[in-house]
Amino acid sequence: MTVGTASLPGVGDHSPSGVLGRRLRHAVGRTFTYAVLLAWAFVCLFPIYWTFTTSLKDQAGVLQGSTYVPGVDFSPSRIGWDSILGSEDQRATLIRNTRNSLLIAIASASVAVVLGAMAGYGLARFPYRFGPWRNRDISFWFLSQLILPPAAVVMPILILYGWLDLLDTQVGLIILYTVVSLPIVIWIMRDQFNSIPVELEQAALVDGATLFGAFVRIVIPIAAPGLVAAFILSVIFSWNEYFFAAVLSATRAVTLPLLVATQVSSQGIRWWAMAAVASASILPLTIVGILLERYIVKGLTAGAVK
Amino acid sequence: MTDRAFGQGSSIVAPAARPGKRPGMNQGWQRRLFLLPAVILTLAFVIFPTLFGLYVSFTDWQLNDPAGRVFNGLDNFRGIAGDGRFWNALRNNFVFVGIGIPLQYVVALGLALLLNQEIRGRKFFRVVFLLPFMMSPVAAGWMIGRSLMDAQRGPLPELLRWLGFENVSFFETGARAVASLLLIDSWYSIPFLLVMLLAGLQALPPEVMEAARIDGATGWQMFRDMTFPLLLPISLTAVVLRAVFEFKLIDIILVVTGGGPGNATETLTTYIYRRGVQNVDVGYATAMSQVFLLVVIATITLILATVGRRVREVM
Repeated sequence: MTVGTASLPGVGDHSPSGVLGRRLRHAVGRTFTYAVLLAWAFVCLFPIYWTFTTSLKDQAGVLQGSTYVPGVDFSPSRIGWDSILGSEDQRATLIRNTRNSLLIAIASASVAVVLGAMAGYGLARFPYRFGPWRNRDISFWFLSQLILPPAAVVMPILILYGWLDLLDTQVGLIILYTVVSLPIVIWIMRDQFNSIPVELEQAALVDGATLFGAFVRIVIPIAAPGLVAAFILSVIFSWNEYFFAAVLSATRAVTLPLLVATQVSSQGIRWWAMAAVASASILPLTIVGILLERYIVKGLTAGAVK
Repeated sequence: MTDRAFGQGSSIVAPAARPGKRPGMNQGWQRRLFLLPAVILTLAFVIFPTLFGLYVSFTDWQLNDPAGRVFNGLDNFRGIAGDGRFWNALRNNFVFVGIGIPLQYVVALGLALLLNQEIRGRKFFRVVFLLPFMMSPVAAGWMIGRSLMDAQRGPLPELLRWLGFENVSFFETGARAVASLLLIDSWYSIPFLLVMLLAGLQALPPEVMEAARIDGATGWQMFRDMTFPLLLPISLTAVVLRAVFEFKLIDIILVVTGGGPGNATETLTTYIYRRGVQNVDVGYATAMSQVFLLVVIATITLILATVGRRVREVM
């Protein structure tokens, strides 16, 4: 739009040389645009491609240095995937961590979306007043939780979880991830509800529906895109979270990022195993990202553009 | 983050319908019930830990000390004032925020401008450019920092050797390790800024841009006088959010350098983690996190007060 359309002195100059020059400039601009975009696409994709192919290498393949195409400059091997799937024990570890990650991500995202949608709806529709606080202040209070660095609350939460017997439990991580996702979910949902006209609900209320009934039966279906966006963003956060999981889990409620991180220190140069673990941990969200890009973008930009 | 984003929304209940005033309907309670669960959960698992942390930070609590916790006044905070490792870690936090975010912003803005043209394969680029955001920082740390940048077997050092560089270690000196971590973090973080800025570009009023073009504005003039100023509000939102997350940076550092060489890449989050979780020095670590929280709040407030005010003036 703004690049590659730079015009020569004397726009509207229709002499042959002017038109030709402008076409040339245009062609150069196009080429530049595609070159940069393709280069950046390469930057984004190459680490992912490298990780998947490295999981197919054996010791010789790794020590050989930089080889890129399985079957062409190195012969593919199964030892990487065998090392995480081969024995009963390894399979059990991978399955346990994957199951924990899945369960914790989906459960916390579900709870966060339910509670966040309710709060977002309330903030979008009803005038609240808590002392001097109005809706604006309450919304900002929720959003300001984002500022809190995990390191600032992790020690007290560790102690609190010790009292509540929530250490190293799935429920403990589910609660925590719900709380961490809530501000962003409320933000997305409030934005979504603000974009829905109130007349439909008013009609339902006149017909005798309760507030909650109108919310569930009329508003929620219309707000589905926002719900999906909020849900996916919560899942992405929970699936990838490392810090809280590292502090609060030990042996039972261990998630995939913990598996990746422990392998990094224990595997050393056994890249094939490491690459297989990393591939397994990034594969699900890579697919989600490809299929649901629209919703992720919607969630990330909620409230930012009017 | 802008003021207009905090609008009241439209009420479905007219002011006449005050809570409990209408016979047969106890709407006041129903309305509060929408907000209550989120508020309670936040109070219990965010506000209470924060306040409890405030108390713990005035004690000498060590988890492995049977004596438990003893109030020790300002000892922890005196200790912090004289703790070189704390100040080094805080400085590193500001290096990551101060260098990383402007760098990421410039790259993301350039890419967003290119992507906001009539081009083929736009959907493909948008999806691919978002992918790094889907990776866990832990995995990204290994993929790039431990593997692609590995001095002996990694493709990146090999590329540099091929280009004629001799010493190609990415993590040998403190400054290099910081730069390498910034690259990894940028790979992971640019998608967020890109998505935000692209959304901003697409929301620009087309008729205004078209009018400027017909008036004969060049590409650079358009950018300087129209596009960039119009993008300032969303830029501010995106940069503030990035700053908030950049302050929390820890997983990439733990996986790639562990804070080394020496303490060159240690951030406060890393240091607090080491001190509190690994050395179970809970009182001191919690005191550090209180100071850290104050610094983060002060920095964000400062950005909003200075840059934010200028943005509003421009608009």
